[in-house]
Amino acid sequence: MREQPELPPDAELVARLRGKDEAAFALVLDAWSGGMARVARSIVSTHASADEVVQDAWLAVIQGVGAFEGRSSLKTWVYRILVNTAKRRAMREGRHVSWSVIPGEDDTPTVDPARFGGPGDQFPGHWLAFPMPWPSPEQDILAGEVHAQVEAALAGLPERQRVVITLRDVEGYSSDEVCSILRISAANQRVLLHRARAHVRGRLEEYFVASAVSDVGTEVRQ
Amino acid sequence: MTDLNCDELVELVTDYLDGALDDETERRVSDHLAGCDGCTTYVDQIRQTITTLGSSPPVELTDVARDALLAALRDAPD
Repeated sequence: MREQPELPPDAELVARLRGKDEAAFALVLDAWSGGMARVARSIVSTHASADEVVQDAWLAVIQGVGAFEGRSSLKTWVYRILVNTAKRRAMREGRHVSWSVIPGEDDTPTVDPARFGGPGDQFPGHWLAFPMPWPSPEQDILAGEVHAQVEAALAGLPERQRVVITLRDVEGYSSDEVCSILRISAANQRVLLHRARAHVRGRLEEYFVASAVSDVGTEVRQ
Repeated sequence: MTDLNCDELVELVTDYLDGALDDETERRVSDHLAGCDGCTTYVDQIRQTITTLGSSPPVELTDVARDALLAALRDAPD
């Protein structure tokens, strides 16, 4: 991984990019391209087309930086160009990405209702059995496998949810920044993030429960 | 004011972690968590999920793409 030096303030960066300062361009390229590629992958179909989207977005940045008005941070503006480039690419690939919440999408349970007591049970609406605690990260020697589970879970999400969770939780953007990049409301953003996190948690739970069961099986056989 | 059920709490987790709940609902969530090991575990697992997502292996631009972009900057019209 390349070293990631501290970036100069936006005003300086923008001035240097407008002056075609190659060192300044290399700084932002190295700092942001990885995250941009990951976000592009969450929208288009293949890693190869995601890489092209990142390149096309940078070309658009080079052409458009003269018109940058500073109403958002430079990084947010670059990411907005990236997302728009990726969406156009996805449409050409026949993938339709709609950004508003589908009516009814936000009122179905994110945890299987069968996990909770029903009207006839002693404690309606409460866990019938508590979720099994997971191994703490330092105990987990299979971090690579856990990341593979997370990747698979992300791949199974609807695009909008995948983009939001990628920006928020993988890339670490704030709620405000994600709303600004995707031009969606805070409420919309939280619905998408909520469903996405519940889905990824569910996948990890299945994985950890299955691992615990197979561990017990191993102990019995020994 | 009624107590929250677990199946209600799990739908408030994201707003709770974002600090987006009104004061009254936030207090009900905190009260519920103080007395419910199941939901405490659930919220911990959402936090672990976020931590795991945040430690995803980095993605990098290939050297070829990087060089092509630096060349494009050089060749860009003024």
